[in-house]
Amino acid sequence: MSIAITTQFICFTVLSLVVIIGALGVVLLESIVYSAFLLGGVFMSVAGLYLLLNASFVAAAQVLVYVGAVNVLIIFAIMLVNKKEDLKPINDIKSRRIISTSICLTLLSLLIRVDLTNVWSLSSPQNSIGEESTIRIGEHLFSDYLLPFEVASVLLLMAMIGAIVLARRDVMSKDISTGLPVDQELIEKSSEPLLTNKN
Amino acid sequence: MEYGLDLEYSFNEFLKGFGLSSEIAHIIWLPLPMLLVLVAAVVGVLVTVWLERKISAAAQQRIGPEYAGALGVLQPIADGLKLLVKEDIIPAKADGILFTAGPILVLVPVILSWLIVPFGQNLLISNVGIGIFLWIALSSIQPIGLLMSGYASNNKYSLLGGLRAAAQSISYEIPLALSVLAIVLMTNSLSTIDIVNQQSGAGILSWNIWRQPVGFIVFWICALAECERLPFDLPEAEEELVAGYQTEYAGMKFALFYLGSYINLILSALLVSILYLGGWGFPIPVELIAKFLNLPINAPFIQVFTASIGIVMTVLKAYLLVFIAILLRWTTPRVRIDQLLDLGWKFLLPISLANLLITAGLKLAFPQFFGG
Repeated sequence: MSIAITTQFICFTVLSLVVIIGALGVVLLESIVYSAFLLGGVFMSVAGLYLLLNASFVAAAQVLVYVGAVNVLIIFAIMLVNKKEDLKPINDIKSRRIISTSICLTLLSLLIRVDLTNVWSLSSPQNSIGEESTIRIGEHLFSDYLLPFEVASVLLLMAMIGAIVLARRDVMSKDISTGLPVDQELIEKSSEPLLTNKN
Repeated sequence: MEYGLDLEYSFNEFLKGFGLSSEIAHIIWLPLPMLLVLVAAVVGVLVTVWLERKISAAAQQRIGPEYAGALGVLQPIADGLKLLVKEDIIPAKADGILFTAGPILVLVPVILSWLIVPFGQNLLISNVGIGIFLWIALSSIQPIGLLMSGYASNNKYSLLGGLRAAAQSISYEIPLALSVLAIVLMTNSLSTIDIVNQQSGAGILSWNIWRQPVGFIVFWICALAECERLPFDLPEAEEELVAGYQTEYAGMKFALFYLGSYINLILSALLVSILYLGGWGFPIPVELIAKFLNLPINAPFIQVFTASIGIVMTVLKAYLLVFIAILLRWTTPRVRIDQLLDLGWKFLLPISLANLLITAGLKLAFPQFFGG
């Protein structure tokens, strides 16, 4: 084995272990804060796997979107509502756990079967485009993948508008669900606007 | 444009002369530029700390550090040594693991970003294809470290500081990335080398600052906000939050935050000089001078000369910007949190979006000036 292949193998092993153990930790740990931070670690390792596959642009996008935006927002939300409350004990926790574990194991076996039976068309290292992939991704996004790309952006816009409506309740004078007049005192606003006319 | 020194090639050839295989030579080569850049970053921090102390003293009509070395140049080293030998305290009810991991997560992405800082045609650690995008992605990891240390400290000021840092860094990342995107649009490449080469045509006249004046200002404001420098140092506002997320930190862990913020400042200054001020380019193109003096551009002597001029120019431009940042810190008051978020979302974001659209339009209209 050459040095490059050995390095690649070691990196792959470490990253896969971090992904698997981290993902298990996200699910199994009791502390929600630890779960959130571990999730960030899992995202980072997935980005590392992309790097190993010569997809550096996808790796950087993974870090930017999943670690820098999604995970930060998750942690942010957890810390804003950081209430230490004792969860109610659930009576039939054992049977629930057994059912969920069996469902997860079934899904896992399905994935393993797909992995084993499918014939993966692996491109040889000579065909990999490497650094040029950024340009290719751009070309695809604006030609044959234009519709999914635009639909995704519309979806995100809708989510954003929804979030704004939920957060800024002074947009509506009545509560959507109850019809009662909305208490507008809770909205966080500056005590004096930036550009007020003081005359 | 393949000119300039290629130290890696010559080093590998030199080692192969001793009968080593090219792989071994490569492995021996690999840590050298990394160590060099790490040392450069730390020395840069020492210089910046000294500058900060001296310039702040001048701004406040004091003398500043005086006794440690000539003009107090050894003061930052004394500071560093003091932090190194201080007791490392973890508060009793703090979360030990996260408390330790926080500062590391803050420092590591900043140092990794030095990967793409070029000091010359071949004088950088790695000319990765995604170039400047790597920096944007890496700098988005930092808020996690800040949130982590803020949470783990078990202190309300720390938590508030961490939350503020994350909010600030999220809101300023978008205009920052958009103004970088305008540059990338003109260059047709994400690589920092290409970005500098695209500006090297006519010396100072072809620098991006003339083509992207709005982008330059937006980028500089956002870079200062990302570094948490004074007009935007809300995460560690002393009067409100004691010291923000670093309140509970002492000794070397505090020093990691300190190092991280100063390395980040130098990095931002370097990137501004690369993106907008022509990187390693001399105000008058070196090739032009060589032609004027009838010197062959590929002669080894000229090569070494141009490479050193490149390093000097990059560092000079960066430190000019650091100087401006320090002056800003000691002469401007702090903004309020709502002003900060207003500035980011309601002012810089629309402006940088408009800048991007106008750049795209100008690129179509005048391809010879704005990159074809």
